[in-house]
Amino acid sequence: MADPTSPLVTLTRPYRAVLSSRIRSQRSYRANFTIDLVSSLLVGIVELAEVGVLFLNVDRLGGLEFTQILIVFGLADLAFSVADLAFGHCDNLPTYLRAGTLDVFYLRPQPLLLQLITSNISLRRLARAMVGLASLVTGLVLADVDWSFAAVALLLVSALSGIATFAAMFVWAAGAQFFLIDGAEATNAFVYGGRYAASQPASVWNRPLKVVFGFFFPMAFTAYLPTVTLLGLPGTDLMPSWLGWCAPLAAIFTWAMALLSWRIGVRHYRGGGG
Amino acid sequence: MSTDTAIIETRELGRDFKVRDGVRRRTLTAVDDLSVCVGAGEAVGYIGANGAGKSTTIKMLCGILVPTRGSVTTCGLRPVADRRELARQVGVVFGQRTQLWWDLPVRESFTILAAIHGLGRTAETARTEELVDRLELAEFLGTPVRQLSLGQRMRAEVAAALLHSPRLVILDEPTIGLDVLSKQRLREFLVAERTVHGTTLLLTTHDMGDVERLCDRILLVDRGRLVWDGTLAGLSRTVGAQRVLVVDLAASTPDLVDVPSTQHLGSEGGGLRQRLAFDPDTTTAAKVLAAVSERVEVLDLAVEEPDVEDVVRRVYAARR
Repeated sequence: MADPTSPLVTLTRPYRAVLSSRIRSQRSYRANFTIDLVSSLLVGIVELAEVGVLFLNVDRLGGLEFTQILIVFGLADLAFSVADLAFGHCDNLPTYLRAGTLDVFYLRPQPLLLQLITSNISLRRLARAMVGLASLVTGLVLADVDWSFAAVALLLVSALSGIATFAAMFVWAAGAQFFLIDGAEATNAFVYGGRYAASQPASVWNRPLKVVFGFFFPMAFTAYLPTVTLLGLPGTDLMPSWLGWCAPLAAIFTWAMALLSWRIGVRHYRGGGG
Repeated sequence: MSTDTAIIETRELGRDFKVRDGVRRRTLTAVDDLSVCVGAGEAVGYIGANGAGKSTTIKMLCGILVPTRGSVTTCGLRPVADRRELARQVGVVFGQRTQLWWDLPVRESFTILAAIHGLGRTAETARTEELVDRLELAEFLGTPVRQLSLGQRMRAEVAAALLHSPRLVILDEPTIGLDVLSKQRLREFLVAERTVHGTTLLLTTHDMGDVERLCDRILLVDRGRLVWDGTLAGLSRTVGAQRVLVVDLAASTPDLVDVPSTQHLGSEGGGLRQRLAFDPDTTTAAKVLAAVSERVEVLDLAVEEPDVEDVVRRVYAARR
């Protein structure tokens, strides 16, 4: 147990209070929660099966074998699911705006964005994360990975950066939704389209796609590029193999864009200044 | 912190919105040239028709909206720049939106809000007990918010907004949709809160009862501009708003046109029910009733208040 008077404990008390109530609430509706978990698991499995079906017809995709693709899919899905668990509700901002929840956040002595992020948590995404993790572990075992300290470090850094990148995508979307009436529709194309893109080898994309989902929304950095680096494979056009180490930079860039988007959005909402 | 400083001070406060009118964009002025000063401990009714700019003003007072023109200070702070500090000193009840967590018992919402406002255990317990007691929340503290009746929910909302003992409490339509008893309870609570803690109240309402029983000062806005700042009695007097005594009589009676200080508005059922308007400044309901009773036996009676709508309509009519 942490010292109850330490500044960190005091500072995080509001957020912990909200989050723990969300968790209690989700667990108290047991049947509901179980159904959510199972359906979330099914969606994850179906998406994985999609990749499997594809490989019934081809041996390689974008230069990767099935076991290698499992690493890409696993890394992308694990990172996305964990980000979705903690940040997924952020791109629901129009609902918050309509219900006046955002105005209520203004009346509380915490930063707005932190309140939004910690206002909910979706435990059911754990099931989906498990699918990602299973895919990743299977891929790592079956594919020919040259294990070393660097390889482990690369995996850890990439997974964490991937989570941060996807989390930033949700916040980026939230900022944009201040401007868009049916914001969720428009931003889903990039957030969920981004997740889909991340689980594919970027080597199959044409150049415009590479620019959009490789760099502007740096999806290739969450799974494909680290995998290529890990397996010692050559990169692809515009994307040399060493970029696999740059996932943290991608995460920082995405967060910078996300915070900028949020700031512009809030300024628009309040009507100037801020 | 001195208590005699202004709690709300606005100077030539204004706010425009850009609205899209078909393809053209035009500017809509929601609040204009609003200069008011509200001292600590005052109870102010902020009234006006829908769209008169009340919510916009409240949002500027809390730092949700940035003013287009002029300045505003709330509790001595700049609402936008010092929003987080201000949040500790202001409590807001929005009749139409909730501060509570719909799937949690009322008690848990209070615990979370105490954490959000950083209340210590002792302060939290003491204040929660006080609010539970005075707002009579005990019977449904363990009930999830979504199962509460409107009256219960509103009382819980008020408690939630006041948990951190704010110096200024802003209530936006607090009694809307409540039954007579619930309204009465809520008003009594607000009066007591003000007496005990010296809390400043600012409320928007369409309910004359709220204004009469809670406010000693009225701010009336019309199309974003302040058109009255003073007492309700003074306002009613300037626009000639009258109360109406409705009497049910024992026998058919000719129109009671000769009751002093009243004006006969009409009769129903061959004179069995009659309506008499009177000015509360020149006579009282009791005197009018006595005068009627001298002439004929009264079976039942009702007093109709001029509602805020009516006063507002008269003010608006006079200005157009």
